[in-house]
Amino acid sequence: MGRSLLGIEDLDRTEIERILDRAVAFQPHGGPSFAKVNTCTGMMVVNAFFENSTRTRSSFEIAAHRLGAETLSITAAGSSVAKGESLVDTLNTLSAMRPSVIVMRHQASGAPHFLARHLSTPIINAGDGTHEHPTQALLDARTILDRLGRLEGLRVVIIGDILHSRVARSNVFLLTKFGAHVVLCGPPTLLPREMAQIAPGVELEYDMRRAVRDANVIMMLRVQLERIHEPPMQAGEYFRFYGLRQEHVDLAHPDVIVMHPGPMNRGREISSEVADSQRSMILNQVENGVPVRMAVLERTLLW
Amino acid sequence: MVKKLLIRNGRVICPASGIDRTADVLIEDGRIAAVGEDLGAPGAETLDAAGLVVAPGFIDIHVHLREPGFTHAETIATGSRAAAAGGFTTICCMPNTNPVNDSATVTTYIVEKARREAVVNVFPIGAITKGSEGEELAAIGSMVAAGAVAISDDGRPVMNARVMRRAMETARVLDIPVIQHCEDLNLSAGGDMHECADSVRLGLRGIPAAAEDVMVARDILLAELTGARYHVAHISTKNAVAMVAFARQRGLPVTCEATPHHIALDTGHMRPYDSNFKMKPPLRGPEHVEAVIDGIIRGAVDCLATDHAPHAGDDKMQEFERCPFGIIGLETALGVALEVLVHTGRISLNRLVALFTSEPARVMGFRGDKARGALRPGYPGDVTIFHPEYPWTYDVKNSLSKSANTPFNGRTFRGGPIVTIVGGEIVWKAPGF
Repeated sequence: MGRSLLGIEDLDRTEIERILDRAVAFQPHGGPSFAKVNTCTGMMVVNAFFENSTRTRSSFEIAAHRLGAETLSITAAGSSVAKGESLVDTLNTLSAMRPSVIVMRHQASGAPHFLARHLSTPIINAGDGTHEHPTQALLDARTILDRLGRLEGLRVVIIGDILHSRVARSNVFLLTKFGAHVVLCGPPTLLPREMAQIAPGVELEYDMRRAVRDANVIMMLRVQLERIHEPPMQAGEYFRFYGLRQEHVDLAHPDVIVMHPGPMNRGREISSEVADSQRSMILNQVENGVPVRMAVLERTLLW
Repeated sequence: MVKKLLIRNGRVICPASGIDRTADVLIEDGRIAAVGEDLGAPGAETLDAAGLVVAPGFIDIHVHLREPGFTHAETIATGSRAAAAGGFTTICCMPNTNPVNDSATVTTYIVEKARREAVVNVFPIGAITKGSEGEELAAIGSMVAAGAVAISDDGRPVMNARVMRRAMETARVLDIPVIQHCEDLNLSAGGDMHECADSVRLGLRGIPAAAEDVMVARDILLAELTGARYHVAHISTKNAVAMVAFARQRGLPVTCEATPHHIALDTGHMRPYDSNFKMKPPLRGPEHVEAVIDGIIRGAVDCLATDHAPHAGDDKMQEFERCPFGIIGLETALGVALEVLVHTGRISLNRLVALFTSEPARVMGFRGDKARGALRPGYPGDVTIFHPEYPWTYDVKNSLSKSANTPFNGRTFRGGPIVTIVGGEIVWKAPGF
């Protein structure tokens, strides 16, 4: 019986370290592609994506293939959920086909947690609503470690639509477990004060210039218009106060790295100049998605 | 031949009559005949209540029976049996059925159906507005003539202040309470739990306490304007309790009820994404729970009411944000109230009985043939017999409700109902009694 991965909040430091260490073995290390290890031959990974995704879904598929597992992907548009079947019935149906693991993304916070109570198949959360996106936080941590060599003591600034961001929550849980100082920054309508209470060592800052000062890592987030019922502020106003530009990078630590989980909106939350600069780790993050998800799948299937 | 039931040697608690002593209660022909020591009643069926509390029949002024329209979740018959199992002899059912109880036709249907199928007294509450849509007043006078005892759009608030004003003016003349589900929908904005650090952490949209507070504030001003009897359903915030207390200090006829779950559970008790903890108003933070309990102790909160809200299993087996709001509560109300209020020494057993009997009767203004909530000669022979101490465990599989959505499954309580008597008939007995 494999172990589910529902969120970072439930993981301890040792487990996270083990995943991040294992991921190193799968990285290309100058080679043409990721390691192909076939440790999971004969196993079946079902990707059930009830919400659109390009990078996470393809990343999980590639990861499964590099481990030698078979994959089956279903999306909401083609699934029986679109025909009115309940989520629990759909997942029970998939589960009856005996997959080794179900990787799921869903627009409702807690959907995988709810299903995990009713399903025997282990579940990997590939993003639930505005709650958690654990594999994103793991690949972000791997990327920071690759470049800066540590998490402890770093000043990590996460900027943007914090309220609706599962990436922000998972990163807060992970980074604070390792002693990073996390600064959250965004417009007050998208950064509730309660956010400071979700983990120890979290600071809120509504002024972007103050937030980025001496930052080791700047992590930008997209404004999730699809989850917002009223626009928080006009687009031009947003970029003026919370869009990342070179002037902000200049205020940060000289070795600062800039990250973005994607999809990225140039000119809305980040300038092209910064996105395409040497500081930008955006493509490294995407690349690290595969080895980290290989390690996560192995954890569920083998460990 | 007059049918007689003699309840012997119980601790008779009737707050309305100032009785709290060991005595007998005699019911004749469906009505209370006498309360006293060593009552002789030749030919009476007798019930030995030694060691038990004998109280007026409990009244729950906030129940959802789901009939007509949602009978897969509950019916008048099953809901009334669950009520009896909880010690309730009179329940008031909210109008959010399908069709909504916004006309004399639906009111009459419920009254007649209850007469045939219910084992306890069922008094319907009519809608404030047509379809409970908040815009046009329902046929309030006709519903009252057909048996409605109050008006409410419960499940939804009356958002439009002018409509609420007109409803209050109408209710004042009919001398019925206006019961409000206090939730400013613009502030609650589709939220699923109390807005707090936990809602932010779990990525769930929050319902701020202010969503309740602003509507209580508005309505108290409207109650002052109109002179109507105004009742806050399921009060859950510290500011709302404070405002009700303030209104009463100013002599306004404003009342409120609290549910057992809002005094027993706070956000910290929620199992993440478990819809058995999802209701409106949501479970609040500990400071609000303490304020509601304090309101009960100080008398700002008038009575307890369950907001028994059955939902069928498949409706509750969904993603948290898709699940409907509400939990069942009739069978656990007394156990929870004893645990939170009496066993902790916060209130006396006498006061607890009042919260379930004379107080809800006062809030609703029951009089004439509806007068109840006391063991007075001539009053309906409705009696609740309970044990204040015996341990029992709630197993929702044995529930008489059609639904099982409760956060209290598996919980062990100290004290609960033993016998429920309606109109002199024993309608429920605890297993093994």
